[in-house]
Amino acid sequence: MTDVTDNTTIAAPPVERRNSGLRIALYAALGILLVALPLFSGDFYINLASQILIAAIFALSLNLLVGYGGLSSLGHASFLGLSAYFAAWFFTRGGLDHTSAALVALLGTTIVAGFFGLIALRASGLGFLMITLALSQVLWGVAFRWASVTNGDNGLSGMTRPMPFGIDLNGPAAFYWFSLVIFGISFVLMAIFTESAFGSALRGTRDQPRRMAALGFDVWLIRWITFVYAGFWGAVAGLLYVYYHKYIHPTSLSITASAEGLLSVIAGGSGTLGGPVVGSILVVMLKNYASAYVERWNMLLGIVFLVIVIFMPEGLVPGTKRLWKRFTGGAK
Amino acid sequence: MTTSATPALEIINLHKNFGGLPATQNVSIKVQPGERRLIIGPNGAGKTTLFNQITGDFLPTSGTIKLFGQDVTKLKPHKRAHLGLSRTYQIITLFNRDTLAHNITLGLLGLQKARWNMLRPLATYGDMRTEAIRVLGLVNLEHLADRPVTDISYGEKRRVEIAMAMAQRPKVLLLDEPLAGLSAGERANIKELVASIPRETTVVMIEHDMDTALDLAETVTLLHYGKVIVDGERDAVIADEKTREVYLGH
Ligand SMILES: Nc1ncnc2c1ncn2[C@@H]1O[C@H](COP(=O)(O)OP(=O)(O)OP(=O)(O)O)[C@@H](O)[C@H]1O
Ligand SMILES: [Mg+2]
Repeated sequence: MTDVTDNTTIAAPPVERRNSGLRIALYAALGILLVALPLFSGDFYINLASQILIAAIFALSLNLLVGYGGLSSLGHASFLGLSAYFAAWFFTRGGLDHTSAALVALLGTTIVAGFFGLIALRASGLGFLMITLALSQVLWGVAFRWASVTNGDNGLSGMTRPMPFGIDLNGPAAFYWFSLVIFGISFVLMAIFTESAFGSALRGTRDQPRRMAALGFDVWLIRWITFVYAGFWGAVAGLLYVYYHKYIHPTSLSITASAEGLLSVIAGGSGTLGGPVVGSILVVMLKNYASAYVERWNMLLGIVFLVIVIFMPEGLVPGTKRLWKRFTGGAK
Repeated sequence: MTTSATPALEIINLHKNFGGLPATQNVSIKVQPGERRLIIGPNGAGKTTLFNQITGDFLPTSGTIKLFGQDVTKLKPHKRAHLGLSRTYQIITLFNRDTLAHNITLGLLGLQKARWNMLRPLATYGDMRTEAIRVLGLVNLEHLADRPVTDISYGEKRRVEIAMAMAQRPKVLLLDEPLAGLSAGERANIKELVASIPRETTVVMIEHDMDTALDLAETVTLLHYGKVIVDGERDAVIADEKTREVYLGH
């Protein structure tokens, strides 16, 4: 019984299988397509793609909590909105240059996320959801009421786009490429986070928090760090958001904004890296197309969401994989 | 059993009420390093509740819990794990979506600094995987290392429960009904496994199956309605009048 297996059987197989040639080719093709997109698309589609990238960073960051941590938040727009307000206020009124305003926005928002985490993580499950919602409602209320600073319902305008390395980002294509670079960095860093030892521990706290504590993991601290990290990436999305629109309004802090992110995560597939991206494509496209024809585009979004939840409760990305496997696996 | 050494586990005047209902009443127990202690008692006697207080899942209403002389009564569960405390659950509590190797690896990771590493993928810690496979070998499950928990039988899950705790090389191991729901063959298997646990590990085991468990025990504590009824050397507890009363009266 104490006889140990020989070392040859010990190499971990799943990692190798993931990097099959076909996959790499697919990803390369997708990458080229993404980079080349402005060369064959009109401005409308380029701008749409930029909005999708921003929404995708936001959804990916929320997914760290929802999908990997099992902590459903209805207040994640706090961090997008706060960061956007910070950047806009410090740039247009606070007299800071773009770099300093961006740093203040990222740092300030991350610190606020630290405080919000302290409050929200007193609970998990529904309690956590309600506290995140309440906290974001407070921010939303402040943005509306504290008009001397936030300009209230008129929003803060006058924001401009930065010129990194002297590159003018005012054209749709230039801004798209800028967003694509930021998206790429965000995606890779969040992917590394989820795959890491810490990420494995995080998923453990989602599935069996009590067992994880008994095994020696500080469940609370793991969740708090994740909350802060998710807040930081929410702030990155907020920065791009305010650069794109050159304007920020309290609705960006609203429950609707948070819910859209949550819908993207769940519709695309929570706890996967592709899911939130696919979900964001769906939500942003629906928003842009449907709002032109249907007045209550939210209703349409609701219906689409219901259909997905009924037929693919695990979300579009895992659901499609499951169907694909059934078709290809059933054939042999 | 040496009484001079610091006990591995010492419980002093422990009380626990669930909204007025006492689940632990004035419990005092000393377990010496290396001892094999069996905790018996009818359903609802408060055995699991006692474990939950030792691990810190529940805070006692009053009383003291010491691990190797250190007062841990108010310590968080994860800190107690780092003092060498491990447990298994009466109701199987595994990471169902993950492979057996991943389950055991989490047990290893919990006590290592690497658990805070946010860059390196868990899959690349070859030494942890090697150790996880070795531990799965102890419970004869290495051939299922890369299968998800959902694929294996109930008896195999019971073995993973124990393996995950043993992977931590605990100083004090709490086993909550490790034989529950197992076939005779599987029981013999687990019995052999528990018997093979090294003496550096103090074992406290809750078990209903006396035929199997008594062979493993040196000392026995009988709980009834949250109270210690009899406590001492195995044979003395079995022979005790009060033990018969509890079990015949049930
Ligand atoms: N979380 C809880 N909240 C309220 N009451 C509880 C809780 N956990 C246990 N109890 C009660 O405490 C008493 C002791 O339960 P416990 O699970 O410790 O018994 P046990 O000796 O482990 O029984 P079994 O042999 O059935 O596992 C029972 O009356 C139970 O209903
Ligand atoms: Mg029990």
